[in-house]
Amino acid sequence: MDSGLSEDPVALKILIAGGFGVGKTTLVGAISEIKPLRTEEVLSERGVGVDDLDGVEAKTTTTVAMDFGRITIREGLVVYLFGTPGQERFWFMWDELSYGALGAVVIADTRRLTDCFPSVDYFEQRGTPFVVAVNCFEGAARHSVDDVRIALDLDDDVPVLLCDVRRRTSAKEVMVTLVEHSLRTLTAAG
Amino acid sequence: MRESPQWLDEEAGPVVRPYALIRGRTRSSGDMFDLIATVTVVGAPPAGPSGDLGPEQQRIMRMARSPISVADVASELDLPIGVVRVLLGDLRDNGLISVTSPSAERPRPSAGILKEVINGLRAL
Repeated sequence: MDSGLSEDPVALKILIAGGFGVGKTTLVGAISEIKPLRTEEVLSERGVGVDDLDGVEAKTTTTVAMDFGRITIREGLVVYLFGTPGQERFWFMWDELSYGALGAVVIADTRRLTDCFPSVDYFEQRGTPFVVAVNCFEGAARHSVDDVRIALDLDDDVPVLLCDVRRRTSAKEVMVTLVEHSLRTLTAAG
Repeated sequence: MRESPQWLDEEAGPVVRPYALIRGRTRSSGDMFDLIATVTVVGAPPAGPSGDLGPEQQRIMRMARSPISVADVASELDLPIGVVRVLLGDLRDNGLISVTSPSAERPRPSAGILKEVINGLRAL
C-alpha cells in the first residue's frame, strides 16, 4: 500500500564487537531474530618458498560464522546487527562491515578488559561512533563505569554503561544509547 | 553383503561443495555488494523451463520478488557470503536483478531517521 509518504527503503547497520565469549551472540539474540551467516576467511599461503605462479595463489578457505540479526522498525526502515569475531585476525571482515555502519557496540567483560582493546582502537581510528557496554557477569567484581572509562582511556563523549545482555530491556537500552550517541555525533558533524 | 551405511546426511556436509556452484570462481562483478544492499528482481528469467539458472539462482529469483538484503539471501541459502556474491553478480550482469547499496547512496542517515530508530527500539 502506498502511504503517499513513500521514501526509499532505509537499511542501517550496527556492529556488535568484543572479545571471545563476551556475549555478542546473546545481545543480538536478545533484541532481534538471530540468524547465522557464513563467511570465509581466506588464508593466503603466498610467500612460503614455492614458485610464485603469476596470478595463482594457493589459498585455504575457512568458514567463519557471524551473528546476524534484523530489527524491523517499520516497513522500509530496518536495522541490521552483525556480531563480529573480535580477534584481530578477523579485521578483514570488520573493514567491510564498518563501512557505512551507523555505529558499534563494544561489549566488555571486566575480568578480561584487555580483550576489548582491539575493538576500541579500531573504532576510534575509523571514527565509527561506539559505546562500551560492560556485561555484568555473575561473580565478576563490579567496577564503576568511571573505572572502565579510565582503564580503556576513552574520550569523554563515548558512552559507557553497565548491562546484562541476556535481558531484553538491558539490550534495548544499549542499542538506544548507541543510536542516541550516533545522532549526537551526526549532529555535531553538521 | 551388508548395506552401506547412510552417510549422506547433514553431518556429512553439502553434497556439492559451495564453490562448485560457481565453478570455482571467487571473483565476480558482485564482489563489492554490501551485506545490507537490497536485492530486487528487475527482469524475467530467460525462456525455457528454468532458463539457464541453477537451483540456487532460481531460489534467489523467488526470494527477491520483494526486496531482500544480501545478508538475508546468504542466510536463507545457507551459503558463504562470497559464493552468494558471485551468484548475485551473475544475475545482475544478466539484467535479472538490481542490487542497491544503501551505504553508497546515503552515507549518513538523517537525524529524523535516527530519531525514528530510537523510538522504534524503545517500543520493542
